Amino acid sequence: MINLSLRELTHLLAQKKISTAELASVYLDRCKQFNPSLNALLHIDDDINPEHLLAAADHDGPLAGIPLIHKDLFSTQDVKTTAGSKMLSDYVPPFDATVVKKLKQAGMVSIAKANMDEFAMGSSNEYSYFGAVKNPWDFDRVPGGSSGGSAAAVAARLTPVATASDTGGSIRQPAALCGITGIKPSYGRVSRYGMIAFASSLDQGGVMAVSADDCALVLEAMMGHDALDSTSIEAEPWHWQAPRDAAMKGLKVGVIPAWLEQLKDDDIKQSTLQALETMVAQGAELVNVDLPHADLAVAAYYILAPAEASANLSRFDGIRFGHQSAETCDDINDMYRKTRSEGFGHEVQRRIMLGTWALSSGYYDDYYCQAQRIRHLISEDFKQAFSQVDVMAVPVSPEVAFKQGEKSDGVSMYQADQFTIPASLAGLPCLSMPIQAARNLPVGLQLIGPYFNEQAILSTAAKFQLVTDYHQRMPEAFL
Amino acid sequence: MSQQWDVVIGLEIHVRLALASKLFSGASAKYGASPNSQVSFLDAALPGTLPVVNAKAIEYALRFGLSIDADIPEETRFARKNYFYPDLPKGYQISQMDDPIVGRGHIDIETEDGVKTVNITRAHLEEDAGKSIHDQYDDWTAIDLNRAGTALIEVVSEPEMVNAKEAVAYMRAIYNRVTFLGICDGNLQEGSFRCDANVSLKPQGSETLGTRAEIKNLNSFRFIEKAINFEIKRQKQLLESGQQVVQETRLYDAEKDQTRTMRGKEDANDYRYFPDPDLPALKITAEMLDKQRAAMPELPEAKLKRYIEEWQLREDEARQLAYDVAMSEFFEQSQALTDASPAENAKFLITDFNALLNEQDSDLKANKISATHYAGLLNAMSSGEISRKIAKQVLTDMWNSGKSAEAIIEQQGLAQISDSDALQTIITQVINDNPQQFEQLKAGNDKMFNYFVGQVMKQTKGQANPAQTKQILEELLNND
Amino acid sequence: MSINRKELSEMAQLAKLDLNAEQTQQVSQSLNQITDLVERIKKADTAQVDPMFHPCDFWMPLRDDEATESSHKESLLKLARHADEDFYLVPKVIE
Repeated sequence: MINLSLRELTHLLAQKKISTAELASVYLDRCKQFNPSLNALLHIDDDINPEHLLAAADHDGPLAGIPLIHKDLFSTQDVKTTAGSKMLSDYVPPFDATVVKKLKQAGMVSIAKANMDEFAMGSSNEYSYFGAVKNPWDFDRVPGGSSGGSAAAVAARLTPVATASDTGGSIRQPAALCGITGIKPSYGRVSRYGMIAFASSLDQGGVMAVSADDCALVLEAMMGHDALDSTSIEAEPWHWQAPRDAAMKGLKVGVIPAWLEQLKDDDIKQSTLQALETMVAQGAELVNVDLPHADLAVAAYYILAPAEASANLSRFDGIRFGHQSAETCDDINDMYRKTRSEGFGHEVQRRIMLGTWALSSGYYDDYYCQAQRIRHLISEDFKQAFSQVDVMAVPVSPEVAFKQGEKSDGVSMYQADQFTIPASLAGLPCLSMPIQAARNLPVGLQLIGPYFNEQAILSTAAKFQLVTDYHQRMPEAFL
Repeated sequence: MSQQWDVVIGLEIHVRLALASKLFSGASAKYGASPNSQVSFLDAALPGTLPVVNAKAIEYALRFGLSIDADIPEETRFARKNYFYPDLPKGYQISQMDDPIVGRGHIDIETEDGVKTVNITRAHLEEDAGKSIHDQYDDWTAIDLNRAGTALIEVVSEPEMVNAKEAVAYMRAIYNRVTFLGICDGNLQEGSFRCDANVSLKPQGSETLGTRAEIKNLNSFRFIEKAINFEIKRQKQLLESGQQVVQETRLYDAEKDQTRTMRGKEDANDYRYFPDPDLPALKITAEMLDKQRAAMPELPEAKLKRYIEEWQLREDEARQLAYDVAMSEFFEQSQALTDASPAENAKFLITDFNALLNEQDSDLKANKISATHYAGLLNAMSSGEISRKIAKQVLTDMWNSGKSAEAIIEQQGLAQISDSDALQTIITQVINDNPQQFEQLKAGNDKMFNYFVGQVMKQTKGQANPAQTKQILEELLNND
Repeated sequence: MSINRKELSEMAQLAKLDLNAEQTQQVSQSLNQITDLVERIKKADTAQVDPMFHPCDFWMPLRDDEATESSHKESLLKLARHADEDFYLVPKVIE
């Protein structure tokens, strides 16, 4: 059951071979059984009534009755939403995020909320107030972040689908480290309303599942213009058609030789090259492209994202919701300081400080504005590249899942985002799909598409998954 | 020799836009609701909420910009102004920084020395903060977020006012303008119009500006004049005793008639402005501007010109009418319905009609006389049917009864007696009753004309046509 | 470039964060590492381009001026640590 695709699950439900309640129970039981070893989940919905939920949903849809876990970044009405932070450890939103609403309307059954790096800031899920998440492939290792809980949950088959978010790589990198498929859509495709903001011009809600086909089915239901989000685009929605075969004839795939050179882990490099060969064998043509300004991407990102975050997090002052310091406070400023210092973890505080610095007078033009200019240059680089190719295939992470506590100082983690950040800055659709593991640890390949063309990368990934089975592998401990 | 000082005043005026909903959320913007009952999730800054801009706020801002002849950019953006205060839920205010919706413009003000043009640096949209209530509890400040997120236009003047009177005149000019345009309800008590004054002194003739102090939240024309005058005096005293003026924010205490330092607002705040990433830039198109031009009522300045050039009104009368929204409307409406000349209409309106309003302790907003009825009265005067003196009476009756002029004239038989035969009969009677005076008149005492006209008027209860009466008298004299 | 103690303290003030000595040291260290990283962007040749605040070409959507929200008073005040029936409450602010 747990290794069936969404289409197969829907088929079973439609044939009444299993009821929605039974299907939800299968996964709920796994959540309860396995979560203690993973710490992937913050909240497990014991008393949902799937029949109840289904009654309000689209019976005919391909997602009706399918269980789902939301990253705890998405506001869920009357269900705790913590963003992995002490600041929101008891926060219960009075409304649903648009993504939550849409998937509810599609008939999906939410069974739990996933652990994450606090306020989506991190690449290892070691920065959650609620404790680190373990990688299902090796409990001593990290699952990646910030959507570490979502990735671990899908990898361990605690759920067939999990929502997640990606700002600088927070879907792609954990997907790669956990051996699953995850997609970040184009900026503006999926409404940010109700998704707790980290960096507003970069954040996008996305989805993680076992296969690209599964991801596509869910993404189709998630996306769409939302009047409540001024940055959501009024673009033509697309309708997912799974590819009939794996033929990639005529597909021009861009590769960046410079990035391959930078892969110091030889196993990862070999897996990547092997994956590219698989595509060539299907008829794809590899084209060398370059992103001349990509080496500035990490620096630009670590100005822009913290800057936007520093303002987005100012609302956490203890007055209207969330944590408020229990200590006696001399005055309001004292209350602000105590509340925020207690409520935010170290990484979040560090990024707030960084963002405050980048925006302060004297630095704004040299750093913040300059970073936005670099974003422009990188965006132009991609446009140039896409004038020659249809999709790009590049690495996700220069390393496999590292050990918990290995990177005690956050800064060394930042540089590891070098392959994921450029597409984030340019707002492009991008995904990670599993390829040949390295020393038994998952490795991912990143596909990047032109703006709004999620279909190009999803169909390329789906084709790849027709002739490979990396995406079907799962950690033995959870079989 | 004592130092002479130049006073430099700049004003920042916050105009609350008359909108049904807030600038970024669909919560109601109505004044006076029970605390925290007009607060959307966005206004409370719940995580994940996002701003969506009110179309009418943009329209009103453009309308204002066009009315002050301002430069309007092709693109405008919102920016975050970051600081912490309990009535500012997000910890930042969404305002505008580098690309304000209204650029440089100007407006005329009335000073003792005539009309002065004051330049306006810019005007931009921003959201208002909530209200902090300090006197509800001893140890707590109570916060009401109803006002948080309502739309404001901040109008920033160049520092071109040189005394308190000019500052008040400028404040009035902007006040009249925004109420005239219909973008602000002008309710001072409700805080629809607030002014911050930046005051500094410099040695007379010096090019270098002195340090300025800002006096915040003045919402009365009277108080702003007093506050500025106090501040000027205070700064003068400081400077003349060799001390410095501190750059700070001050509040005006109306009871003590003085300004004092505002505690609690941390000084030297770096607001770290940056473009709001939740809001793309707004494109301002020619269509949008044309729409606002079409929606704009004719400005007083334009009316003034028109009244003088097309209708030959005297400048002082034209000015009085043009700058009064209600008066000019009533004037134009009635003028369209009457044969009387604009000059006659204007004169009657400004003197007699106003006198009635004063007597009734009322104003044109509560006008009980329709433009149609008033036009009827003007017609009766200009056709000679009644004299101006009678018209004043009729006007009062019109106010009290709601009836038309014609109805009242008929009912009370007030029509002016211009029938020669009827008049002649009356005049003859009066002459017979006053033989001695008639002899005097015959003897050449021309002053007696007035006596007889007066007597005829008395007889006819003011209804005799005075000119005609005199004419008939003269004829009778000549015939005699 | 390095961020000195004074600047750090000012920033903490602006961000309303209370950093103890150890944290200040840590933050100072990481900020200096990061600033070394971001120094690179200062040198980049960006003379030909404008800042790009969003990754795509779009314009501000506008909404009709209608009061569409009803009162959320109860559900909002319920979320606050300190509130009475009508107001949010904070330690007394002196103006």
